[in-house]
Amino acid sequence: MPNILEVQDLVKKYGDFTAVKGISFTIKEGEIFSLLGPNGAGKTTTISMLSTLYAPTSGDATIAGHSVTKNPMDVRNAIGVVPQELALYEELSARENLIFWGQMYGLSGSALKERVEEVLGQIGLLDKAKDRVKTYSGGMKRRVNIGVGLLHKPKLLFMDEPTVGIDPQSRRAILDTVKDLNKQGMTVLYTTHYMEEAEELSDRVGIIDHGELIAIGTQKELTKQVGETETLVLHVGENEDPQALVTAFKNVPDILEANVVDHEISIITPSATDVLAPVVSKANERGIKIHSIDIREPNLEAVFLHLTGRALRD
Amino acid sequence: MLKTFLIGIKDVKLAFRDRAALIFMLLAPFLLTLGMGLVTGRFSGNSSSGISDIPVVIVNQDDGDLGQALVDTFNSQDLADLVEPTFGSEPEAARSMVDEDQVAAAIIIPAGFTNSIIPQQGAFNNGAMPEAVKIELYANPSRPTSAGIIKAIVDEFLSRIEEGTVGGQTSILQLLVSGRITPQEANAAGEEMTKRLQDAPNNSQLAITLNTSTADGEELDFDILAYLAPGMALMFLMFTVSYGGRSILAEKAQGTLPRLLVSPTNSMQILGGKVFGIFLTGVVQMLILIGGTSLLFQLKWGDSLGVIVLVLAAVFSATGWGMIITALARTPAQVGSVGSAMMLIFGILGGSFISLEQMPPLIQTISRITPNSWALDGFTTLALGGTLSNLSTPITALLTMGGVLFLASVLLFGKKNLVQK
Ligand SMILES: Nc1ncnc2c1ncn2[C@@H]1O[C@H](COP(=O)(O)OP(=O)(O)OP(=O)(O)O)[C@@H](O)[C@H]1O
Ligand SMILES: [Mg+2]
Repeated sequence: MPNILEVQDLVKKYGDFTAVKGISFTIKEGEIFSLLGPNGAGKTTTISMLSTLYAPTSGDATIAGHSVTKNPMDVRNAIGVVPQELALYEELSARENLIFWGQMYGLSGSALKERVEEVLGQIGLLDKAKDRVKTYSGGMKRRVNIGVGLLHKPKLLFMDEPTVGIDPQSRRAILDTVKDLNKQGMTVLYTTHYMEEAEELSDRVGIIDHGELIAIGTQKELTKQVGETETLVLHVGENEDPQALVTAFKNVPDILEANVVDHEISIITPSATDVLAPVVSKANERGIKIHSIDIREPNLEAVFLHLTGRALRD
Repeated sequence: MLKTFLIGIKDVKLAFRDRAALIFMLLAPFLLTLGMGLVTGRFSGNSSSGISDIPVVIVNQDDGDLGQALVDTFNSQDLADLVEPTFGSEPEAARSMVDEDQVAAAIIIPAGFTNSIIPQQGAFNNGAMPEAVKIELYANPSRPTSAGIIKAIVDEFLSRIEEGTVGGQTSILQLLVSGRITPQEANAAGEEMTKRLQDAPNNSQLAITLNTSTADGEELDFDILAYLAPGMALMFLMFTVSYGGRSILAEKAQGTLPRLLVSPTNSMQILGGKVFGIFLTGVVQMLILIGGTSLLFQLKWGDSLGVIVLVLAAVFSATGWGMIITALARTPAQVGSVGSAMMLIFGILGGSFISLEQMPPLIQTISRITPNSWALDGFTTLALGGTLSNLSTPITALLTMGGVLFLASVLLFGKKNLVQK
C-alpha cells in the first residue's frame, strides 16, 4: 500500500516555545495510525499543521501527494477533520449542521441531502436529527462533531481525541464507528492519551512526548522495546508513601524499573512471580499496606513508562 | 461567492434563533417605541393620530417675501392641524414663552433675511453677496419631538431656498411659486423676483408647504412615531452589528472558524460571509421593525423606495462600525461591551432620545460620525413626504462612512491573523 501521509521534520514554535520538535512519520493507505501521548505532548499542534490550519515553522508534509504548505486547498479536499474541541453551531440542529458543513465541502442538491441522512444514520442520530445541538448530551455532540468530518468521504480522517470527557457507552460507539469507517476503506489518524484506545484501534502507533516522536511501530514492535517483561502493579493505601517503597526496591535484583503513578507502583520485571516475595516483604518491613497486586502483560503504558519514566495518564 | 452567501444565511438564522439577541434586535426597539409613544400621547385615543396643534410663536422682523413665505407656510391649510402658530413682535418675549413652556419653539426671522438671500438690484451688481442672516429657532427642551417637528418644517423650508440658490437665483421663484415661472436670467433676478413674488396670484400655493397629504388625498399629520420608531430601530441596529462582529471572534473561540479554515473555503469567502451575514441580519431587523410598526401603529414611513434605499445605506454604514470594533477587539466579550457602549452613545448622539437640535453645536457636529443621525434625518424627510431624491445627502454620507470603515477594518483584519493567537 502506498503512503497517504508523509511527514518530514515538522516543527512548530509558539514564540520561544517549541511545541513540535521535528517529527517525521508516514501513514499507509488503509491504516489506523494512533498518536499516543499525554496532555501537552503536541498532538493537536501536529494535527493543526497537517490539516493546514497552522503553517509549520519548518518542515513539510504531503497528503495524497499534496504538500500542506504549498497546496493547502488540495489537502483540504482530501482530508476530514474531527477537532478535539466541539466545533458546531449549537443553535442549529444536527441535520442543519451537517447540511451547512456539507455545503462548505462543496456538496449540494440531492447528493448533499442523501449524504447527510447517511451520516446521520452512521452516527446514530437519525431520530434526534431535528433537535438543536445545544439540547444534546456530550456524547451526542461528539458524534455530530465526528459526522461533520465524514461528509465528503475524505481519504484521510484526522480524529483528535474524539472520546475525551464522555460516558463509556458513547465512547464504545465512537470506537466502533472508527473501526467501521476503516473497514470501508478510510485511513485514520487518531490521537489519544488513552493507551487502551490506541491498543484496540491501531495498526501502528506513534508515541509522542514533549513534541518528539519517541517511538513508532506496531504494538508488538513497541512492547518488545521493554523486553520480555511483565508489569506488576501494586495498589497502596491513600495514606501510604509509595515513593519510599520504590526506593527500597532499588536493590531487588529482578526489578528493572519501578514508577509511581498516584497510589500505584508499576514494577517492570522479567518475571513477576520471582519478585513477588521480595516486594511483599519490603512492604512489610516498612509497614506499608498493599491493597492489591496485578500482573499485566507488557502494554503501551509500560512502553511509555519505560521510555519516559512517567505515566501516560494525567 | 456561493459559500459567502451560505455563510451569511447561516448567520442570519443563528441571530434570529438567539433569544437574547431577538430581545435586543426586535423586542426592545418595539417596546421603547411603544413606551415613548405612550408618554408622548401618540396612542391616547384622539382620532387624529399623533401629535397635533403644536404651539409655536413666530416673530417676523423681515420685511421681505421669504420671511412672509415662512409665516404663510405655518399658516397654511396643510399644516393647520399640526401646528398652532401665534405671532409676536418681540424676540425676547417669544423666547420667554418657550422658557415658560407655553410653546414648543420660537421662530425668529431677523430683519434682512430676504435680502441676505435674494440680493437687491444694486447689491447684486457689485458682486458682493451680503452675509446670510440666520433664522433663529429657539426650541423647548421639554418638548423635544414637537420642537423637532417645527425644526423639520423650518429646515425643509430653508433647504428648498438653498437648493434654489445653487443653480442661479431665479430658481427660488420656481420653488416659491409652484412651477408658474419660467427660469429667468440670473442677473435679472433681484427686482424681477421680488416683483413676481408680489404678483403671484395666491401665496397659499407656495410649494414649500410641506407635502403632508398622502396619495389618496387623506390628511396626514406628522406622526411623532415617525421620529421615535426609526430612532429606536437605528439604535438597536447598532446592537445587531456589534452582535455580528462579536460572532466573528466567537466562532474563532468556539472552533467553528478554524473548522471553516480547514475546509476547502478560503479566508476571504469566510470573512465576506460573516460581513454579508451582519448586513443581512441588520436589513431583516430593520424591515421587520418597519413592517411591524406600520401594521401595529399605522405608522407611515413614507416613500417605500426611499425607505428601502435608506435602510440599505444605513445598515451598510452600521456594519462598517461593527467591523471596525471587531477588528480592534481581541475577545468576543470586548466586542460585546464596546458594542453596547457604542449602541447607547450613538443612540443618544444620533437623536434617538433627545432631538439633536437640543444639543450644543459641538455635539451636533460630533453626532455626524453616527449612522444614526444621518439615517434619522433621512427617515424624518421621508415621513414628512420626501422621496428618494431628497435623500442624497444622508445616503451619500452613510455610504461614504461605511466605505471608509470597511476599508479600515479590512486593513486591520489583514494585520490580525484570524487563526492564531
Ligand atoms: N496557540 C498556542 N500558543 C502557545 N502555546 C501553545 C499553543 N497551542 C498549544 N500550545 C502549547 O504547545 C504544547 C502542545 O500543545 P498541544 O495542544 O498540541 O498538545 P496535545 O498533545 O494536543 O495536548 P492535549 O492532550 O491536552 O490536547 C502545549 O505545551 C501547549 O501549552
Ligand atoms: Mg490536543
